[in-house]
Amino acid sequence: MVRLLFLLSAACFTQIIWAQQAADSLYTDTLQQKELNEVIIISQKPVKDQMAKPLSTLDRYLETAGSVNMIRRGSYAWEPFLNGMATERSTVTIDGMRIYGACTDKMDPITSYVEISNLSNAHIHSGPSGSGAGATIAGNINLSRKKGHFGEKQWNGNALMGYETNNSQRIAGIGLSQKANRFFTNLDFTYRKAGNYKAGGNNEILYSQFTKYNASAIAGYKINEHGHIEASLIFDQAVDVGYPALPMDVASARAWIVSAEYFHHFPSAAADQWQTKFYYNNVTHSRDDTKRPDVPVRMDMPGWSKTAGFYSMLQGCLQQHHHWKLNLSGHHNISLAEMTMFSSHPGESDMFMLTWPGVQTNYADIYLEDRITLTDNWSINLNAGLGLHNNRVVNEFGLSSLSIFYPDMPMSRSRLLKRIAVNLRYDKKHWSYKLELAYGERAPSISEGYGFYLFNSFDRFDYIGNPLLKKESSVNIAGTVTYTDDKLSVKLSGNWFNIHNYIIGVPQSGLSAMTIGANGVKIYSQLAYARIYNATFDLNYAISSSWLWNGHISYRRGIGEKGINLPLIQPFSYRSAIAYSYKSFSAEGMCEGAASQQHINKDFGEMELPAYVLFNLSVSQQIKLKEQKLTIKAGVENIADTYYTTFADWNRLPRMGRNFFINLLYSF
Amino acid sequence: MNFIKILSYSSLLLSTLVLFSCSKDKNTPEPQAPNELNGLSLVTTITNPQHSIALYTASGKLQTGYNAVFFQIKDADGKLLNAETVTWNPVMKMMHMSHSCPASDIRLKPDAQYTYTGYIVFQMASNGEEYWELSIDYSVHGTTYEAKGTITVDAAPKRVIESFMGNDSVRYILALAEPTQPKVAINDMIAVLYRMESMMSFVPVDHYTIKIDPRMPAMGNHSSPNNVDLTQDTDKLYKGKLSLTMTGYWKINLQLEDAAQNIIKGEPVTTTNESSSIYFEIEF
Repeated sequence: MVRLLFLLSAACFTQIIWAQQAADSLYTDTLQQKELNEVIIISQKPVKDQMAKPLSTLDRYLETAGSVNMIRRGSYAWEPFLNGMATERSTVTIDGMRIYGACTDKMDPITSYVEISNLSNAHIHSGPSGSGAGATIAGNINLSRKKGHFGEKQWNGNALMGYETNNSQRIAGIGLSQKANRFFTNLDFTYRKAGNYKAGGNNEILYSQFTKYNASAIAGYKINEHGHIEASLIFDQAVDVGYPALPMDVASARAWIVSAEYFHHFPSAAADQWQTKFYYNNVTHSRDDTKRPDVPVRMDMPGWSKTAGFYSMLQGCLQQHHHWKLNLSGHHNISLAEMTMFSSHPGESDMFMLTWPGVQTNYADIYLEDRITLTDNWSINLNAGLGLHNNRVVNEFGLSSLSIFYPDMPMSRSRLLKRIAVNLRYDKKHWSYKLELAYGERAPSISEGYGFYLFNSFDRFDYIGNPLLKKESSVNIAGTVTYTDDKLSVKLSGNWFNIHNYIIGVPQSGLSAMTIGANGVKIYSQLAYARIYNATFDLNYAISSSWLWNGHISYRRGIGEKGINLPLIQPFSYRSAIAYSYKSFSAEGMCEGAASQQHINKDFGEMELPAYVLFNLSVSQQIKLKEQKLTIKAGVENIADTYYTTFADWNRLPRMGRNFFINLLYSF
Repeated sequence: MNFIKILSYSSLLLSTLVLFSCSKDKNTPEPQAPNELNGLSLVTTITNPQHSIALYTASGKLQTGYNAVFFQIKDADGKLLNAETVTWNPVMKMMHMSHSCPASDIRLKPDAQYTYTGYIVFQMASNGEEYWELSIDYSVHGTTYEAKGTITVDAAPKRVIESFMGNDSVRYILALAEPTQPKVAINDMIAVLYRMESMMSFVPVDHYTIKIDPRMPAMGNHSSPNNVDLTQDTDKLYKGKLSLTMTGYWKINLQLEDAAQNIIKGEPVTTTNESSSIYFEIEF
């Protein structure tokens, strides 16, 4: 039935011009035409292209993207901000799968439930367009898993080990992959354990420890020439995670992520591939403050999130110049979070509330795109999507709780979310130009719509969701210019988001804060508009065959109605590295820094920040023994042991001081 | 075919008729009030030579504060009776004195035939030598009767009644009637307000306002939004809205305001004043 529907709709749309720029066919695309989206390659690659510290956390990898900032509440589970916007405004997917974090305080973004050993790349699509992952304003980050291929029978393996001095982080991992003509599997396991880190000047940051276990498996089976199936599993558990910027820590954050997918190659003359995936994930997040010595009241704040979903994507090429894609997707999530406070007055009952009142999200989406090659130089990408978004409060206790604020609130609310984009591109010799105009809408997140007394430790306000919020929408203009030749590549890109009904917490006088010591209560409300500008400049220059220089500059600005500064917006930042490689040896020196932060939002608790600059150094050597390969990377970060904090540090939590590291990567 | 159908239907009809007429003929005592006591538990029975009166409450107990009380009158054969008039009078017998307490009129329980209901507001608990006596005066077929018995009143675990002298030199009794089953929600709140005219006479007070300010002392004494102060409804009860944002111990700080908007008793809660001098407690 689904298939029939699918083929019918595909048939209907083949006449219309829709374009494609497939995230998944990334490698082939990049070869054909210069990729203008950002891609962070995570899996191992030639040693000279590796990150200075290959066993960095995924957060550190993502941070290198010009469009991404990672908001840091501790050493672990940083929150990805895309184009200066928080996770409500973007979608983060793992191989196209939607996952909802289970923490009301964003202590478990999706990116915290995977490991670098699972991933081959992170594909970042900025703006509301071009995202098959559903409605978004800021864009989509899709984390693509590393997986094998069918081929000659072969076994491969790798082992990882790492140590960092600053927080005694130990990293160990093992991966195995097998391929055969009709079968492949990948298995890996990674373990990290870190103690408290020390900020510059040997200042120990208490409650910054973490331990993480991650296991992942993928298996593929070829049914016949045209079809194969894949099954995948990720199990991730973090325990004893400290969040020094927050008043609470996490005893355990656990996710099970499973999926099964069917690939059909060349289903018809017009279609190259049809892939259909079903997935399920289950996240349990246990937050408490048992390790904190002085708290006004002890509390437990567990949260649960379960998501089941599917997507079915058909893509192909018509008359050699229509690369089209059609994606149908849907998911169902239920999120529930509680808070139990244990009264310090003897004999009094525990205080209990639902902070996420048992909210279902039901979402169905259709997305179409067509990339049309107009001439040798010109191409255009047209894409559009339509999502039906529904929220329903299914817990009676939760519904009556929230009805205290909204006596007439509907139990269920549906919204139609539209997105459309036109993307024009011109390529000539070394130059590429891209101009994009896009429109997108999003529904409020669960916290924004239904949160109940969610304490924000930055502005020290309790936040109350607002089920009556309107959709947020954005008009986005983006442009990119790149120049590439044998030695030099330069990329300048900028975008401008004009957001209507921008959702933000607004203080509500007359309401009494629940959290002890809080400044008051904010209710999620909407600014008539907010504008965000982003600009990045990247440069890579091969000075000689051994010397490579790269530089990166970025700047953001976020302004809301009445000229307010949006919070957590990156000031002018830069990074520059010079790398030397000779045979299997390489070395890199890097400096990174930011200008002072002056565009602050005092209502959000932000303070002005001074400028800073850091220096890092690393060396690596690769040793080859027949089929085996050992890479040793060692280095030092923050050489001057600078004590500093950035706009992205929650409550201005200082960052790590001097850190020596060694990474060993062994493959066989 | 049709014949069989007709036959079976008529036999069904016939048997029903027989059943009905049988039960009528036999004259077995039907349960007189089958569902009238659902959800109630017996507190005690007070008797006189002719009748027994069984008292019920939801908990099977009487406590200080507001008590919704239900009772049924039975004759010696156990048959439920209807009285033409019923009044009651609770009296506390103390060492050196006696006094009464606020008590409502008595009426039939809604949708009930034999069960009477009203409420009594006990200011204090039974205490050894000092005890409560309840007398019920009623008339059946023109004859008046009195039944009298001792009742045990326990101290409520939380403060649900305030007895105080207002700044108008009047002694008031204010008692919490609802919510009996508080929820994390906007609860309907009901209270009763009486003025003491004498030791034996308590009169409902009209046109006042009972201002409420629910607070959670264990959590920084925070309040809750969208409460509605209690004002008098047509049934004389004071009604308002009480919002409780979480379970646990809540202190409902009170201020009593007269018809001319003078505060008779109670103080506003501020950063320096944690609590009013009059309050109710709710814990769930």
